Amino acid sequence: MRLLHARLALAAVAGREVHKFLRQPGRLASSLVRPLLWMVVFAAGFRQMPDLGTVMPFDASLDYRLYMVPGLALMVCLFNGMQSSLAMVYDREMGVMRLLLTAPLPRAYLLACKLMGGAFLSVLQAIAFMILVVIWQIGLSPWQLLTALPALIAGALMLSAFGLMLSVYIRQLENFAGTMNFVIFPMFFLSSALYPIGRMRDAGAQWIYQISALNPFTHAVESVRYALYGEFSGSIWVVLACTLLFYWIAAAGYDPQRGLIKSARGG
Amino acid sequence: MTTLFPDPLVIDQLSKHFGTRKAVDTVSFSVAVGEFVALLGPNGAGKSTLFQMLSGLFVADGGSARVMGHDIGHEPIKALADLSIVFQQPALDLDLTVQANLRFQTDLHGIPRAEAQQRINHWLQRFNLTDRASDTCRNLSGGTRRKVELARALLSQPHLLLMDEATVGIDPASRAAIIADVKALCRERAMGVLWATHLVDEAEAADRIVVMAAGAVRFNGDAKALRKQAGQDSLLDAFLQLTKAEAKA
Repeated sequence: MRLLHARLALAAVAGREVHKFLRQPGRLASSLVRPLLWMVVFAAGFRQMPDLGTVMPFDASLDYRLYMVPGLALMVCLFNGMQSSLAMVYDREMGVMRLLLTAPLPRAYLLACKLMGGAFLSVLQAIAFMILVVIWQIGLSPWQLLTALPALIAGALMLSAFGLMLSVYIRQLENFAGTMNFVIFPMFFLSSALYPIGRMRDAGAQWIYQISALNPFTHAVESVRYALYGEFSGSIWVVLACTLLFYWIAAAGYDPQRGLIKSARGG
Repeated sequence: MTTLFPDPLVIDQLSKHFGTRKAVDTVSFSVAVGEFVALLGPNGAGKSTLFQMLSGLFVADGGSARVMGHDIGHEPIKALADLSIVFQQPALDLDLTVQANLRFQTDLHGIPRAEAQQRINHWLQRFNLTDRASDTCRNLSGGTRRKVELARALLSQPHLLLMDEATVGIDPASRAAIIADVKALCRERAMGVLWATHLVDEAEAADRIVVMAAGAVRFNGDAKALRKQAGQDSLLDAFLQLTKAEAKA
């Protein structure tokens, strides 16, 4: 594969994602309203409840709303990852997918282009949300956005790869709503997005704690949380490993040799 | 085997099963340079499955297919670079303009932007689509959409063009125009064309006809030989005669 070919293909595939996003201004609006609603409404009632003083990497004076920032930023990425996955299923139904799969390029590279396009949009929306939080002046500084960026990119890549993997298995657009319920909500709630998962263990919900500790979303949230405060979390390794795993499963699914994507339609 | 002037397409004993059903059963034929071959068969004959193997979307269970000497199973990227496909099901991004759909294809094929624009302009002009370039594909008629897809398929200057029931759902005038265009292009560009259809009148225009039924090749020759072999005066009757066994089954 020539470099120019690789670059043009990336521009075509990732550029199409960005172009589609720009055509739907409502998508940016909803991706911002969703986390802000959580922050305003949910935090209004729960602000005083969690004792965050003992939770690394914070000090006792931390505002609960700031605790929510990494979880909500990654929720934006999670939703966008699902939206990219939905777009893949739509492309398959509309036939555009066949155009991609018959392009003279390695399939794995085409999927990587999709992945990068999806992750780019995720980061863009998550950053937009975090900029609003900075403007809100509850204690998040622009500098923190910069230190968190690498971890945020890693989390966005993982969630986009997760979306790609799901698109292999979702056969029809109609099944998508169900997938959202079974994927987005459990992934978000069974994580450290809203409160430290140690609280689950303390409350006796041992198995919920165990699931949450294994949830890749928890690791993405934790790596961003630590990065926001200039600290490094080993969770980033879990995030990177999961990114590779999800991407590998997606690539295997789109490979006709191992073909999970099969259509038994004759003709 | 790679020769200096290989046939655009050589299919050798190609097979595909779905469970116990043989969708494509040891199919062999070829398409020569500048040749327009019609792949004629009733619905369910295995034409689409064959096309999906030729375009690398399915992997064959047995046999091989070579595009310009490149085996689609072993060198899929080289093979795909030499072929273009117009699918049975339209594959345009309806929300993008004609120009953007064409640009998407040239980027996927790695054609440098300046050259890509020249080729886009050429094919838009060739198909009288220049004034539709900035129209969104959703606003085009079925026939015009097909023309855009044909223009798109030609942008990469393929040696082999696969047309999979490309005239389905198109009015007779547009259908005739597309066939005439493809036939002319076949000569102009010395491009091999494999045209799958279930419409006998479309096959009449071809240099050669391959009749497929129940996954197997039933006939491979020109229209005259097909009529002679079936002992029928009309091509339609000859075709029905050849595929009669399947119709009864």
